[in-house]
Amino acid sequence: MDLTLVMQGVLSGLLFGGVYSLMAVGLTLIFGVMRVVNFAHGDMMVWGMYLAYMLATRAGVDPYVSFLVCAAALFALGLLVQRGLVDRIVDAPHEMQILLMLGVALVLENVALLAFGPEPTRVRSPLASATLWLGPVFVDVARLVTFLVAVTLTSALGAFLYRTDLGRTIRAAADNTYGALVIGTDVRRVYAVAFGVGAACVGAAGALVSPILPFQPSTGLSLSVASFNIVIIGGMGSLLGAFVGGLLVSLAESLGAVFLKPSLKELFSFSLLIVILLFRPAGLFGRRSA
Amino acid sequence: MKWALAGGVVALVALPAVLSSYALTLFILIFFYGFLGQAWNIVGGYAGQLSAGHAAFVGVGGYTATMLSIELGLTPWVGMLVGGALAALLGAIIGYLGFRFGLRGFYFVLLTVAFAEICRVAVSNIDALGGPLGLYITFTGNPRQFQFQDGRVYYYIALALMLLATLIAWAIERRRFGVYLAAIREDEAAAEALGVNAFKYKMLAMVVSSFLTGVGGTFYAFYLFSLQPNTLFGIPLSVEIIIRPIVGGAGTLFGPILGSFILTPLAEISRRYLGQGGLYGAHLIAYGVLLIGVVLFLPEGAYPRLRRALARRAGATR
Repeated sequence: MDLTLVMQGVLSGLLFGGVYSLMAVGLTLIFGVMRVVNFAHGDMMVWGMYLAYMLATRAGVDPYVSFLVCAAALFALGLLVQRGLVDRIVDAPHEMQILLMLGVALVLENVALLAFGPEPTRVRSPLASATLWLGPVFVDVARLVTFLVAVTLTSALGAFLYRTDLGRTIRAAADNTYGALVIGTDVRRVYAVAFGVGAACVGAAGALVSPILPFQPSTGLSLSVASFNIVIIGGMGSLLGAFVGGLLVSLAESLGAVFLKPSLKELFSFSLLIVILLFRPAGLFGRRSA
Repeated sequence: MKWALAGGVVALVALPAVLSSYALTLFILIFFYGFLGQAWNIVGGYAGQLSAGHAAFVGVGGYTATMLSIELGLTPWVGMLVGGALAALLGAIIGYLGFRFGLRGFYFVLLTVAFAEICRVAVSNIDALGGPLGLYITFTGNPRQFQFQDGRVYYYIALALMLLATLIAWAIERRRFGVYLAAIREDEAAAEALGVNAFKYKMLAMVVSSFLTGVGGTFYAFYLFSLQPNTLFGIPLSVEIIIRPIVGGAGTLFGPILGSFILTPLAEISRRYLGQGGLYGAHLIAYGVLLIGVVLFLPEGAYPRLRRALARRAGATR
């Protein structure tokens, strides 16, 4: 095996991992606060991609600028889904929550199919064709910028959750909903904000990845599955776990593509999942009572 | 109740005499999804362990019986049991990983999704299993090959499967096993404190459920004459399996059947009328809206609601 090829795989895997991390942080935030699994997570991300696509083709805005708009739009969508639907079933049996989110996922995916058709597409950005050479390996500039922005956003989210009052309230409600209610927290508002922020994460992640990853409406499903995988590996509800898990899974997929063949790359990340479940069943950073 | 049930079964047995071939197909699908839903119901409903990857068992069962038939000439009537056994083995592995440390709730949901995807990716990459294109079964019309010229035979097999699974669910419900499962579903910690071996009974429920689902895989493969990894192992099939019992009422004996009688015709009819004219996905949007509506307006499932309504009417007439 060529060492350069392996180094190249490690590098591009880690760089792509930034997007995975941002995506998984959104899922784990929603789960941690509301104990609801967002089965529509990947489909929301695809909407982030198509928004970036429309902004790029209609208004000529580069996805590396428009990701902020996409995040804001998805925040609104998340808020709407939470207030209109999820809020009514927070106390319903788990299977009903799953059914609801599957319904939302079906609607989101197929509205995209109706609006944009089934063909794969990609957003053009001038950055996507630029490369940097670091000794023997090259760095795809688009991937580098995507990585840096994604990591910055994830850190900003961390700062929001740990340094601001609203963020602390969200964590309090996640830790102990009843306790938060007792001290007078508006838990409904916290839920809405958390769902909105979780959706905004995939809005931004979708826009950022749109110049790198060709996408179509059905991409949402595999992105949802990838986020589930990452969140179990990292530990459900753990932000740090989602961040590290995103990098790890992306690394595993990238190395899987190098050592085996690209169509087997998911097998690598799923094997990682099984290993983690065997030795650390609650995930890397998870607590036992998930 | 007993008489109504017997009457219903007799009516279903007599029905093919008057059905058009399209209606016959529709009923075969209703029974088949009712069967899969009932199989899921044992672990997902009664035990409350929400497996969202049951397609994996359909795939393992279907591929096993097909390969045994193609390579060794083994009749699918035996192959379906081998397929069921392998599916049960996979169910035991997934259950072991998931239940061993008492990982519950959504952890298990995501674990089962991941396992179904592992199987899908693996099978898509094994050339001996046909890779991503899958396997095709040549139609001979030979009953020994699980193939029939007359569509009514598929009808009766599907009906028998659905009744069999319902009989098994009924037997579980009546026995101590069913009570243990209900206790585990409602409060696992309390059940364990009372001495219920939660791991053992969850494993048992998983094995029974995956065995039946694996048997269903053989029917699916030999009814469609073709197997593709994306169809047999894909998440969309897992979703089809779980939504019917949930809509009908998870953990109730007739929920999966009622759910299938509600959703299967709606899915087929909306596909027939909305899926045309290049309106890609319109029928799935309608389907999604329907699921959301069920959750908002029938949050306990259709069957408990129906039972209450019937009881109220019976009370009023008395």
